[in-house]
Amino acid sequence: MTIRIVHYINQFFAGIGGEEKADHRPEVREGAVGPGIAFQQAFGEEAEIVATVICGDTYFNENIAAATDEVIGMMENYRPDLVICGPAFNAGRYGIACGAVAEAVVDRLVIPAVSGMYPENPGVDMYKKAVYIIETSNSAAGMRKAVAPMVRLALKLARGEKTGSPEEEGYIPRGIRQNQFAAERGSKRAVEMLLKKLKGEEYTTEYQMPVFDRVTPGAAVKDIKKAKIALVSSGGPVPKGNPDRIESSSASKFGRYSLQGIDDLNPENSETAHGGYDPVYANEDLDRVLPVDVLKEMEKAGEIGSLHEYWYATVGNGTSVANARRFAVEIVKELTAAGVDAVILTST
Amino acid sequence: MRLEVGNILINDIQFGDRTEVKAGVLFVNREELAQVTGDDDRIASVEIYLAKPGEEIRIIPVKDVIEPRIKVSGKGGIFPGLISKVDTVGEGRTHVLKGAAVVTTGRIVGFQEGLIDMAGPGAEYTPFSKTMNVVLKVEPAEGLHQHEHERVVRLAGLRAAEYLGRAGQSVEPDSVEVYETKPLLEQVKEYPDLPKVVYVYMLITQGLLHDTYFYGVDAKQIIPTFVYPTEVMDGAVVSGNCVSACDKNLTYIHQNNPVIQDLYERHGKDLNFIGCVITNENVTLADKERSSNMTAKLVEFLGADGAIISEEGFGNPDTDMIMNCYKIEEKGIKTVLITDEYAGRDGASQSLADSTEKGDAVVSTGNANEIIKLPPMKTVIGYPEATDIIAGGSDGSLGEDGSITAEIQIIIGSTNELGYGLLTAKGR
Repeated sequence: MTIRIVHYINQFFAGIGGEEKADHRPEVREGAVGPGIAFQQAFGEEAEIVATVICGDTYFNENIAAATDEVIGMMENYRPDLVICGPAFNAGRYGIACGAVAEAVVDRLVIPAVSGMYPENPGVDMYKKAVYIIETSNSAAGMRKAVAPMVRLALKLARGEKTGSPEEEGYIPRGIRQNQFAAERGSKRAVEMLLKKLKGEEYTTEYQMPVFDRVTPGAAVKDIKKAKIALVSSGGPVPKGNPDRIESSSASKFGRYSLQGIDDLNPENSETAHGGYDPVYANEDLDRVLPVDVLKEMEKAGEIGSLHEYWYATVGNGTSVANARRFAVEIVKELTAAGVDAVILTST
Repeated sequence: MRLEVGNILINDIQFGDRTEVKAGVLFVNREELAQVTGDDDRIASVEIYLAKPGEEIRIIPVKDVIEPRIKVSGKGGIFPGLISKVDTVGEGRTHVLKGAAVVTTGRIVGFQEGLIDMAGPGAEYTPFSKTMNVVLKVEPAEGLHQHEHERVVRLAGLRAAEYLGRAGQSVEPDSVEVYETKPLLEQVKEYPDLPKVVYVYMLITQGLLHDTYFYGVDAKQIIPTFVYPTEVMDGAVVSGNCVSACDKNLTYIHQNNPVIQDLYERHGKDLNFIGCVITNENVTLADKERSSNMTAKLVEFLGADGAIISEEGFGNPDTDMIMNCYKIEEKGIKTVLITDEYAGRDGASQSLADSTEKGDAVVSTGNANEIIKLPPMKTVIGYPEATDIIAGGSDGSLGEDGSITAEIQIIIGSTNELGYGLLTAKGR
């Protein structure tokens, strides 16, 4: 019997539109759509993409629970044996949507799901334990190379066959440890590993130590009354209208905004772009996220040296570690050039 | 030091009128063994059972497993400082009843002792489903404090092992292995072109019945020191550990330390095995710093090019292992770690409580949290109700039919961190 597949993609890959159509609500179409056609070709007679569910990345990320329900409901009708999501490459919000859908498929439909992402996609860290994610390149140019391993793994899972190691199958290691009996005892493997290490030969560790990024705390500010303080935030505080269109999740950029003529943030001059918390109270008074009013008062009263004329903001919702690091490096360059002594960093 | 180890192969055990070895069979005089084992006012009674590979027997809770050995020549006796005098051992000749084991059991703490299944799926996870076991159920006198209770049963087991080992004193061994480690400068000169390897042998010393004894000294109180590998073969290191059955180093495993065995296997061929540095796993930060500092200092002083570090236990002692690792690596000495993992029942949690990027060569002896279902056994020696509170078990682990669903943590030796077994874990 042919394996029935449902494919989940976003509005861009469905040909509906780009960022401006990211609020597209879930819809389902018969058969394969967009990249699904390449998948169908690769599946040949073994499997059939019976339907494609499409959803805009912004709509999904801002309504994760409701959107997941809608998507799963649509998929259920087609009685799939397996679901393919994406691949999302390095698109953060798409990756998160793919991961969330795939996890829900595994939990609720109790069938396997396969996705594909670039390792730095925030969807990877969030969903790799629940879902098999084939490693892809960081852009849609890698579509052709992504299809084959996704198809191969999907067929194995749909048939209930045993899957191999991440290296063998091409998926990003899920961080799950599984016991098995080795051919030789541990002490002998240790001696052999040491001999290889001593000779400078290649060896494979049986357990990869997690690496924790340690940040040495900076020295305390000596005289706060003379210090130039800057405000930086990952809570998404932006000027009214979000002129730089910072994304509500998986932000790809940060903004630099002027505090000229602003003593206080309010619904006329500012708003939050962050899609990861209830925005009502932030939008009523954005000083709650970025304490401009208090710092302006302190500046007037001589309690701090001065408040830097610019604030920096991004959205820390599903932001990849790599991007966060990149933003910080650039922001620090500017702050240093401006003679800033200390930063108040707000988050949510 | 040079030690000849004569292995007398035992392929059956039976009760008999005399305790003796005849044609590979160990006969045990039950009364005499009970007398020797119970030779302590603090012991109320001793019961003796035999458990053989393939029999549907479950032994629970297991305090320790000890190999019957006897010194035939050379200074001192087996288990110096505990049942023999404190003479330095590891030289001369020692006989071993290979294939036999003394298993002590009884309700010490109840907690965390562990089980041995002689048949079924659980048998795959313990080395002692393959040994001929003389099982001792040692009942303490009334009102014995826990720490004394542990000591009483520990010594009883050692006495029994020596008594049985004595049956091999005059028997011609089936094979003789010779192990030799020379004093440092001579040893280095013997194989000048081979990399020098030191074995850093971590002993659990957390108190509260998680202790180890070195020549009878509580290893909480030692400073890291050099030990000839052959000293360990004569019982210089004895377990006083009542924690997680899966990775506590039974005295039997100390006696048969596989790291020492496997290093000797390559000694003179691709490496120069200089010897062992024993160190402890105390619970205070100062002790951890002191011991790891001194271990690294000693390893460097011995001129090591590489070191294998084995841990005992998990969680708190992970920090000691990590300190030993990076402090030794910082001196330009290459390390390999042997440890088990506690990655959760789904295998998805972080396996160790601490980490260092210098720990780039690790041998894993498996995830202790993996669940196993053990069928009921026809005979249970000990106290089956102990399962529910054994570490790795939980309420409801003991089925009405006597089956057990619990983590492999409860099986003796299942994730042994000296690498005695074949179990490992892979990343998926």
